[in-house]
Amino acid sequence: MNDPLPTSLVTTPSAEEPVLGTTAGPGTGAEKKDKPRGLLDDAWQDLRRKPLFWISAVLIVFFLVMAAMPWLFTSASPTEGVLSRSRVPPSADAWFGYDVQGRDVYARVIYGARASIVVAVGATVGTVLLGTLMGVLAGFRGGWLDGLVSRLGEVFSGIPFVLGAIVILFTFNGPGSNRGAWSIMGIVILSLIVLTWPLSMRIMRSSVLAAREADYIVAARAMGAGPGRIIFKHLIPNCLAPVLVYATILVGTFVGAEATLSFLGVGLRSPVVSWGIMINEAQNYLRVSPYLLFFPAAFLVAAVLAFVMLGEAVREALDPKLR
Amino acid sequence: MGRYVLRRLLQLIPVFFGTTFLIYYLVWAVPGDPFAGKCGERPCPQSYVDFMTEKFNLDQPIIVQYFTYMKNLLSGDFGQTFGGREIADLIAAAYPNTIKLALVAITIEGVIGLVAGVLTGLNRNGFFDNLVLVSTLFLIALPTFVLGFLLQKWLGVDLGIVKPTVSNPPSFSELILPGFVLGSASMAYIARLARTSIAENSKSDYVRTATAKGLPRKRVVGVHLLRNSLIPVITYIGVDLGALMGGAIVTEGIFNINGIGREVYRAIVTKEGATVVSIVVILVLIYLLANLVVDLLYAALDPRIRYE
Repeated sequence: MNDPLPTSLVTTPSAEEPVLGTTAGPGTGAEKKDKPRGLLDDAWQDLRRKPLFWISAVLIVFFLVMAAMPWLFTSASPTEGVLSRSRVPPSADAWFGYDVQGRDVYARVIYGARASIVVAVGATVGTVLLGTLMGVLAGFRGGWLDGLVSRLGEVFSGIPFVLGAIVILFTFNGPGSNRGAWSIMGIVILSLIVLTWPLSMRIMRSSVLAAREADYIVAARAMGAGPGRIIFKHLIPNCLAPVLVYATILVGTFVGAEATLSFLGVGLRSPVVSWGIMINEAQNYLRVSPYLLFFPAAFLVAAVLAFVMLGEAVREALDPKLR
Repeated sequence: MGRYVLRRLLQLIPVFFGTTFLIYYLVWAVPGDPFAGKCGERPCPQSYVDFMTEKFNLDQPIIVQYFTYMKNLLSGDFGQTFGGREIADLIAAAYPNTIKLALVAITIEGVIGLVAGVLTGLNRNGFFDNLVLVSTLFLIALPTFVLGFLLQKWLGVDLGIVKPTVSNPPSFSELILPGFVLGSASMAYIARLARTSIAENSKSDYVRTATAKGLPRKRVVGVHLLRNSLIPVITYIGVDLGALMGGAIVTEGIFNINGIGREVYRAIVTKEGATVVSIVVILVLIYLLANLVVDLLYAALDPRIRYE
């Protein structure tokens, strides 16, 4: 995966090229025809033929729109409770029924997407940035810095994930603390980053170690490129693919993790609307009103599934061994 | 081999102290009054504060506290909770239940995951293969607590096949459902790992040689193929052991199992710092040792790997 050229030469079916070119839109197909495609182009050609990719992409776009503009889907308020309709089961008026405080479950499920997506995407971006930076430093510099970063990574990955997150969140976001919604989200994001960066660091470090002695790096160095240029122009673009795959799946994992922490009562908290909080509130009424648990759980699973499927599709597209 | 083990054990030491200090720091050095809410709806009497400060060395710098704690721990003294209960007793009561749960979970995930992985790896692209691929995707996407509640409601409450919660101490048959819930995601990962690994290795030269020299299919798959394909699975199970103990917090809460996960959650919520740190120390130690054992198992499974 270090050198994009051979894979694109081997797997490009030239006969299909014109057909694909016309579907991509006029203009782009003609220019691309003679140029050998890079790894990302190649992966894209592979991806667009996969139903798995399209299903997950549509789902993800759906959830993103839901997070950005929830009012498109519902006109009801997610926080307005009317006690007279407490635990009214689903009907034509309120598709998903009302919760204990008489709030519209459908509206809450829709508005709940925002918190989950913001936390998951924020934490993933943070993890990838920190992990990539540390991994490149450790792999490129080597020596004592490598040892230090690797040991540091082991220290953080030695803590069981849920346990570590509960301890951190309970310390900085305990029941007594009085924080705003964004501040709580920030703490949840930070604690997820702190506990998961070692894995992306390790992935990046091992691809940097493999690429460090490759011909194109040696050539760049021979032509007088400084370490900054080598890292940003050559190493990072060539080593990013495995981390990107990991990141896609990580978004899904973080959606689940945020819900788990909110469910345990240490993550987000009311009045923020989130699927985890809804499931937490629903657990006491599991036997009488199971729909309170079912709808947020279904949306949660669909969101996690969408990102995991996308990660799966991207991994297959980027890994030439699996073709 | 002996020197390798020694070197790895020496490498464990800084990681062990680093991780435990991190947790110790988070639990004890946070801003805030450690006695808040300890004496009900009134401030604690000065004599109590003095006594507890003396007992937990709260007036010392954090690093001194940590090493005093570690010194006591290494001589077998886990300390006491604020209420005066021996933490060692607490752990001794809860730990067997968690170990039982983890054993059940690992057995379930190992057996089902391996069988599904081997069968699909040998016959790729069949109906069963696609079924396993889709169902593993779902298992990976289902958070533990959602799966736990759904199965508890469906099997326990609606159908009445199993008891929704378990008794104390739990029997192995009661733990099958919680164990399945706890191990479900890992089961999916194991199935996928085994599938890829079997599919890759079944094209390799040594399998062709074994078939060519006339060995029965059972022996080719069971001895030659399986032994080499097991390596990534074993790694995963070893690493998973640590995750299972931590993930048990959720599962033990749902099924009301009196284990270490529920104990540590309760301790975090009631700010029993000493209990939290003691349990975390044990979990970290298990995690690190499990990783070491996994590395040593490599040599047993793959004769090409030699540790000097």
